[in-house]
Amino acid sequence: MLKIGNKTFNSRLLLGTGKYPSFEIQKEAVRVSESEILTFAVRRMNIFEPTQPNFLEQLDLSKYTLLPNTAGAKTAEEAVRIAQLAKASGLCDMVKVEIIGCDRSLLPDPVETLRATEMLLDEGFIVLPYTSDDVVLARRLCEMGVHAIMPGAAPIGSGRGILNPLNLSFIIEQSEVPVIIDAGIGSPKDAAYAMELGADAVLLNTAVSEADDPIKMAQAMKLAIEAGRLGYEAGRMPERDYAVASSPLEGLVPN
Amino acid sequence: MERVIELNGNQYDVPVEVGNVQELLGHLELADRIVIVEKNRNILSKDAFDQPIKDRDQIEIIHFVGGG
Repeated sequence: MLKIGNKTFNSRLLLGTGKYPSFEIQKEAVRVSESEILTFAVRRMNIFEPTQPNFLEQLDLSKYTLLPNTAGAKTAEEAVRIAQLAKASGLCDMVKVEIIGCDRSLLPDPVETLRATEMLLDEGFIVLPYTSDDVVLARRLCEMGVHAIMPGAAPIGSGRGILNPLNLSFIIEQSEVPVIIDAGIGSPKDAAYAMELGADAVLLNTAVSEADDPIKMAQAMKLAIEAGRLGYEAGRMPERDYAVASSPLEGLVPN
Repeated sequence: MERVIELNGNQYDVPVEVGNVQELLGHLELADRIVIVEKNRNILSKDAFDQPIKDRDQIEIIHFVGGG
């Protein structure tokens, strides 16, 4: 079970809701992923085209926990405003702090992320900051009292997978709250690897939405995350430099 | 009395029959949608949707869209 704040979840896959080819494909991808937490962005509505379909409104909201992000914010104050707007919907009290500090790499701004996290915790939000794989920054965020920490595997939407497994394993080792590997996951092997490192969950979006078959990929990710988690719990064998025979060396059949 | 407000960044002539925020949402066919409303930079709770709309009010209608 994954526990974030006072909520528990069976699924360890958090799914983003951006950039799917169609709502029909998206709905089916969400269903087969068995995700219980879905991320959303908060935006000004195009009120002059109000009939545009909205994915959130097509969901059975009793089945999902919404995780709005603060994407678009460049400062702590902007992030807090977006979080407050999301909360005013009455649909969520969790927030993914996402404050981009570099338009090219989309890496998070550590200073603004720290500030926003502190402000949002003061306001009583369940706070999940998206952060880089910086070990000390992750520790500082944890010490503030975040409810989960979300270090990126690689830049958002890059699909490059786990670039710094050592840092992620340090973050996992030191953290007393769930560690959710967020951003940069490209394929099921990346998701399984994140879980084998001991992550509590994985958050991904583009890896599914941009797959040739998003529905099949959603299922693949679900299975990879389950496999990686089981593997982690099972405890893997040690790595060795040289071969060790699996078959007995005694009782060899004579020539 | 003519009322011109700033609605999601655009100038908007408020129809006579629209008196408050809830009625504005109704007029825009948004009454049943999941929206968040900000009036003059203050976020409105749903029970404040009966607040009147005055000339030069700044209204923002916000919603959730797909994102990661």
